[in-house]
Amino acid sequence: MSITDFLTDLFNPNLAFLPKALAIAVMSSIVCGVVGCYVVLRGMAFIGDAVAHAVFPGIAVAFVLQGSLVLGGAVAGVATALLIAIFSQNRRVKEDSIIGVFLVGAFALGIVIISQAPGYAGSLQQFLFGSITGIPDRDLYVVGGAGLVILGLVLALHKEFVAVCLDREMSRSMGLPVFWLDIVLYVLVTLAVVISLQTIGNILVLALLITPAAAARLLTDRLGVMMLLAPVIGGSAAVVGLYLSWSYDTPVGGTIVLIATAVFLAAWLLAPRHGLLARRWRRRAGQGDGSRPSSLSDPSSRQEASPVTR
Amino acid sequence: MDQLEVDLGGRPVLRDINLRLDRGELVGLLGPNGAGKTTLLRAILALTGIRAGRVLVGGKPSRPGRCEIGYVPQRHEFTWDFPISVEQAVLSGRTGRMGLFRRPGVADWRAVGAALDRVQLTELRRRPVGELSGGQRQRVLVARALALAPRILLLDEPFTGLDMPTQELLGDLFTSLAGAEHAVLMTTHDLVAAVDTCSRLVLLNGRIIADGHPADLQDAALWTTTFGVSDTSPLLKLVKAI
Ligand SMILES: Nc1ncnc2c1ncn2[C@@H]1O[C@H](COP(=O)(O)OP(=O)(O)OP(=O)(O)O)[C@@H](O)[C@H]1O
Ligand SMILES: [Mg+2]
Repeated sequence: MSITDFLTDLFNPNLAFLPKALAIAVMSSIVCGVVGCYVVLRGMAFIGDAVAHAVFPGIAVAFVLQGSLVLGGAVAGVATALLIAIFSQNRRVKEDSIIGVFLVGAFALGIVIISQAPGYAGSLQQFLFGSITGIPDRDLYVVGGAGLVILGLVLALHKEFVAVCLDREMSRSMGLPVFWLDIVLYVLVTLAVVISLQTIGNILVLALLITPAAAARLLTDRLGVMMLLAPVIGGSAAVVGLYLSWSYDTPVGGTIVLIATAVFLAAWLLAPRHGLLARRWRRRAGQGDGSRPSSLSDPSSRQEASPVTR
Repeated sequence: MDQLEVDLGGRPVLRDINLRLDRGELVGLLGPNGAGKTTLLRAILALTGIRAGRVLVGGKPSRPGRCEIGYVPQRHEFTWDFPISVEQAVLSGRTGRMGLFRRPGVADWRAVGAALDRVQLTELRRRPVGELSGGQRQRVLVARALALAPRILLLDEPFTGLDMPTQELLGDLFTSLAGAEHAVLMTTHDLVAAVDTCSRLVLLNGRIIADGHPADLQDAALWTTTFGVSDTSPLLKLVKAI
């Protein structure tokens, strides 16, 4: 299908769900891209996964009670995030085990609850793999509003998040409320996950959080640039993914994630400073001509930054 | 510090600590692994609960977030692979001071510039922290503490893993800070550097074993008690030699 056909479909009143799905997919990938930067830099990918699974019982309850899925998911996800933050203060059991416990426990609860609803198999598939149809108008506003709140909080607390990420001990000594900042960050991750569930689905939502941010990290050494690149990558993957999914009738969540993964692989190969090809090329250049300023004569790359250059 | 006692995990770690740190002093805190050096620094910063006694800073009880104290934790506490430049890492030391929801202002950047000048990192200020050597990283951490313009500087093993020239540069910096009416307390395992730079040494092992000018700590018994080594240990030869 050509781009013009896609555009025609987008404005076709009989296909009103399509622009809605596009808007939600783009908004949620932008938000996930920004929040995902913290997740990637702190190595909390596992928390993102836990939260993604933990929203399931909330969605199941909302489904059984015919309430708002986004709201139900948010409540359950935030509750789990708080439980993880509180339980992981006790250092006897490591954080990843705590997360493992709650992740599976919550998911199990969700399965039991949703099995109580008649005809649950179809909706189960929707939760797990996402869908672009059947999005109520209300969700459009909920996702937009939640996205703005999340981005606002990120903007407001950015320097605190960075400080905690850099050095917890120092942050405590500066009098920062490290525990509360952790909780706020967990809640932001949860909300970003919840608003993305609709289109991407429960199983793949983690990719929206991690992949664009990880690709952006490969492309830059500057946090500010990374936090701009990640949402751009995520948003573009959403647009291209939805287009391809509509053209070739592939599952939308899977297609978006595959596009993002392709971008990540491309970044890994082609990144200007740390990409595989750039390193190869620098090595060649360094060996070929001793007189030109190669990376070897630059004191900046003399140290541990160059395990591969050697 | 007055009659300070600290327990960790139900075990006594520090007992009967009386220590006074004055402006213009550069004090070296020596002791074996597990002696409680880091714990003592954390107690001064009020990062760990204390069982008894009190810590006064400038006459007032210590609490986190007071700007009089600059803290330089051990190097491995810092996330060095974070995509951030040297000057931003130093600026992060002022996060607590700026207050929630505030952005850095002119005063903040000026303090960062001055701190970078002091540790001679101005040329590298735009370099990502992940691309620094061990000595440069240590200087970043010192600059980050100095960005608060503290009166007291606490350093946890600033010399570990550094070569002689870098140790000397930092040692000179600490001496000049002490000369400029700061109080500097640093833990270290490097006896030579400690004797060389410090105006006073404190030997610690759960309690304070000795406290005085390096020249006054010649007694071998002090060192064998602190470090639990035998009378023939090379440590004693080192003590005698310096
Ligand atoms: N969180 C904790 N819970 C229980 N005990 C602890 C804890 N942290 C430290 N300890 C104990 O307190 C003692 C002092 O530890 P501390 O880290 O202050 O030693 P240190 O003098 O800094 O040693 P090093 O030279 O190895 O850095 C050690 O015996 C250690 O086992
Ligand atoms: Mg220590």
